[in-house]
Amino acid sequence: MDSLDRAFIPSGAKRCSLFQFTSFISVIGIVFLWGVYAMLLIWIKGLNQTNMNDAYGFALWIWADLAVIALGGGAFFTGLLRYVIGKDELKNIINYAVIIGFICYSSALLILAIDIGQPLRGWFIFWHANVHSMLTEVAFCLSCYFIVLTIEYLPLIFENPQIDKIPFYHKLSHNMHDVMAIFAATGAFLSFFHQGSLGGVSGVMYGRPFAYREGIFIWPWTFFLFTWSAAACGPCFTIALTKLIEKITKKKLVKDNVIDLLAKISGWMLASYTIAKIIDTIYWVYSTLPPQGHKFMDFYSNNSFYGLWILILEVVIGGAVPAFILVSEKLRCNKSYLTIAVILAIIGVSVNRWVMVVQALAIPVLPFESWTFYIPSWQEVATTILPVAYGVILIALSYRYLPIFPQEKELNN
Amino acid sequence: MFPFVFEWVWDMPHMVFMGALWYALSIIGLGMTYCIVKSVIDVSKKETDNHH
Repeated sequence: MDSLDRAFIPSGAKRCSLFQFTSFISVIGIVFLWGVYAMLLIWIKGLNQTNMNDAYGFALWIWADLAVIALGGGAFFTGLLRYVIGKDELKNIINYAVIIGFICYSSALLILAIDIGQPLRGWFIFWHANVHSMLTEVAFCLSCYFIVLTIEYLPLIFENPQIDKIPFYHKLSHNMHDVMAIFAATGAFLSFFHQGSLGGVSGVMYGRPFAYREGIFIWPWTFFLFTWSAAACGPCFTIALTKLIEKITKKKLVKDNVIDLLAKISGWMLASYTIAKIIDTIYWVYSTLPPQGHKFMDFYSNNSFYGLWILILEVVIGGAVPAFILVSEKLRCNKSYLTIAVILAIIGVSVNRWVMVVQALAIPVLPFESWTFYIPSWQEVATTILPVAYGVILIALSYRYLPIFPQEKELNN
Repeated sequence: MFPFVFEWVWDMPHMVFMGALWYALSIIGLGMTYCIVKSVIDVSKKETDNHH
């Protein structure tokens, strides 16, 4: 069994024993099965298994969906930088970014398949498309981009030592690499629109003054802010997971100059995004809200949970602070500061998606309404953790059997 | 949705939305078709060369 396992491991790569690996997968597998059980309960018994109600049509799942899509943005942005803009150093991290993107987008689709309640009718959105809905655009772009990510992931699978021995797959992998720029450009185009449209969904809700924003033509400012923040924070997630896998495997997998380049670009993207977000918030407070009869503090007071702290957490701690660290060469070259910065950026973008989805629904909009709160059921929590377990398993399998990191051999011999 | 489906209307939203979807799917489909066909040709060429 051990020799069969070794035959599938890329040459020159050192991996843990098969026993250690299967033990690790088994532990994560228990969490995975717990999520699958909850998922089956929801599919068999229906959405009554959740704590969603008339106030919360969008809840934990949609937040998780938006967050993983934003964090998976590292794939499209790194792909754009590598294949279209020509940042060649990023070839050493693009494989991992693609795997993370693949996991994030497949997770997003899985969550949506659970959330729609009737998954057998999932194809209705393509066949009976409501062409006036931003969510239709999201569904189209999400599905197409997932196909693109699968195409970007396939050549890596074909590079497994045993699969690579088959001439057809060897050639196919080469030929796919040759035209990858076309797929990467298509992916960037699709990502721009679905990331944007997810923000647009919140921004066009004029019945929800907390989320509503003005904008250009049909696109509210949130359309551009969501794309911008995904491009800024997605690579931070890639860096964070690279550091995590290096810590677990006790190996250096990517050279510092590659991480530094990605961190620097992320820093400038995050800095410009944070400035845009602050301008957007000021404009919303002084120009958008007053004609609607609202005051800024209406959204952050008279309730037991949502205060100004969440805005500070999102914009200052999760935006300005990591942007400052990542822009400064001296700070981002320090491993501890870099780790803190990427974690804060991940928290920042996740909080942004939370406030735009969940806080927006908590706030009363009519005079006779009061703040409404929601606690997810265990089934919702389990199905939200399910993609995390699935992601860990897929990364573990990919790391063990595929040549994800081209610099691994050089850095560890 | 295709133009022959009863819900189809020849207006801008339908043409832009569905046109963009088909455009993206066409690029993906043509790209993959090119790669697969080229791989088959490459492999068969190599096999022919080996026979000679």
